[in-house]
Amino acid sequence: MIKITKPGLLTSVQDLGRYGYQKYGVIASGVMDATAHRIANLLVGNDENEATLELTLLGPDMEFTEDTLISICGGNLSPSVDGKPVKLWRSVLVKAGSKLKFGGCKTGCRAYLAVAGGFDLPEVMDSKSTYIRAGIGGFNGKPLQADDELTLGEPSDFATQITKVLSAELDGQKFAEMQWTIASEFTATPASKPKVRVMKGRQYDWFTQDSQMKLFTESFEVTSQSDRMGYRMKGPELLLEKEQEMLSEAVNSGTIQVPSEGNPIVLLADRQTTGGYPKIGQIATVDLPIMAQLKPGDKVQFTEVSHEVAQQLYLDREKQIHQLKQGISLKIKQESK
Amino acid sequence: MEFKLQPLGDNSVIIELGEDISRNIQQKVNKVSSFLDEQSFDWVIEYVPGFTTVAVFYDPMKIKTDTLPYEQVCEELSSYLEKLDVEEGAEPRVVEIPVCYGGEFGPDLEEVAERNELTSEEVIDIHSNGEYIVYMIGFAPGFPYIGGMDERISAPRRKNPRLKIPAGSVGIAGKQTGVYPIETPGGWQLIGKTPRKLFLPEGETPSLLQAGDQIKFVPITEEEFQKWEENEND
Repeated sequence: MIKITKPGLLTSVQDLGRYGYQKYGVIASGVMDATAHRIANLLVGNDENEATLELTLLGPDMEFTEDTLISICGGNLSPSVDGKPVKLWRSVLVKAGSKLKFGGCKTGCRAYLAVAGGFDLPEVMDSKSTYIRAGIGGFNGKPLQADDELTLGEPSDFATQITKVLSAELDGQKFAEMQWTIASEFTATPASKPKVRVMKGRQYDWFTQDSQMKLFTESFEVTSQSDRMGYRMKGPELLLEKEQEMLSEAVNSGTIQVPSEGNPIVLLADRQTTGGYPKIGQIATVDLPIMAQLKPGDKVQFTEVSHEVAQQLYLDREKQIHQLKQGISLKIKQESK
Repeated sequence: MEFKLQPLGDNSVIIELGEDISRNIQQKVNKVSSFLDEQSFDWVIEYVPGFTTVAVFYDPMKIKTDTLPYEQVCEELSSYLEKLDVEEGAEPRVVEIPVCYGGEFGPDLEEVAERNELTSEEVIDIHSNGEYIVYMIGFAPGFPYIGGMDERISAPRRKNPRLKIPAGSVGIAGKQTGVYPIETPGGWQLIGKTPRKLFLPEGETPSLLQAGDQIKFVPITEEEFQKWEENEND
């Protein structure tokens, strides 16, 4: 069991999302940075869709009542166990009675904490994701609070193998880390003004030529009015050629819509199911994790990508993650011999 | 059926079925939705109907193709959509929504009446005698986009949106009317409240209403409201 002693800024249970219910107005939810979440799960022998804790900017404090195999991926929120720093992007065995704390946010914005076996929580509409506004999913439909106690699920055989390898290295310490980590293509710290690839949106042609050009040449800043639903961006004004009314239709994760005052909004995990503002752009799925790790005040540069290339990037990334999965599995097999 | 296909990112396609809000196009949207409910493509994750569109979200990794996933998706969808037609005379489902108008349940009823030079009773009468169609569900779980409100009772959104609108509130915004299924902030003029739950997270389908439904608002007293609510919570 894990007991939360301090909740942090916003810590919630999320998986890859709640699908099949958007036609009823139920949002998809799920993690903001799917890549970090998936890798965190792989490192503790879980299915990629198993729920993790999504920690935002200021992480929580927690206590472990049993020996637990964990991994922390994504943004660096300075994790430490009993005062000693813990490395990101690797399997870590934490002894019962240990305390995991998070300090300042060094890079990124969100970290993902996976535990072997996942969290023993009921699925609501086929997902463990917390949908805060409707009060469903996750831990009682709410962000985690002090004194919440999370029961863990049954670790996989694979997790048991990793645990065995790490147990041998504990040597009386409070935790043991795996020596090897994930390839840097997944773990690299994003540039100070990262580039995010964007396809033209469905109403791209409705905008003035000047606005179309500025979308791909100037930079945009994440404002403080940003959350899991969407990021409100500040930059050059993006204006329509002429006033045009649009009928509400589905939006996607990474949809960039522009209300009439001209500041774009990037829709993310907790986006509404449908929207009525013109869509100037659509972020390529592979670059959504970059967006998810931006915090208020960070700047970003949108660069144009074709629909064809975005699809290819998607397929390539999935292949990479598949290879990574096999790589981790192979590594564990070798080490448990 | 006539349609156009357009991408919505690298994992979704939008089927465009028309340009304006109309009963006819709504029926096409419904037809395509039922088709998607019944199909057995393993790459379809889900679909989201709009006023004139249906977006299909798919898993690019499940599409077997030598080309790019989108092309294959378009090809497979097209071969079915071309054959679809809307039958005549399909009767919509009628759902009754009991509403307790005015008072604390509808704090803006009098304002709506004054603005339109009507009495509160006349607003209730007009609102509860309208023929309404649910065009789509969106914005919030179970939130219906409803068409067909009488313009005689239209009212602009409030200048200062309320921070909390209680679940079940029935509101008016411009020429639209609607019901808030969960507590949210909002700027609609509130004329009443229904004890019926529109969002049913434990239900087989989590939304009471579906696109295509016909709605009838039925005035009820405060007493009846309380009774309804007790039964709903049983």
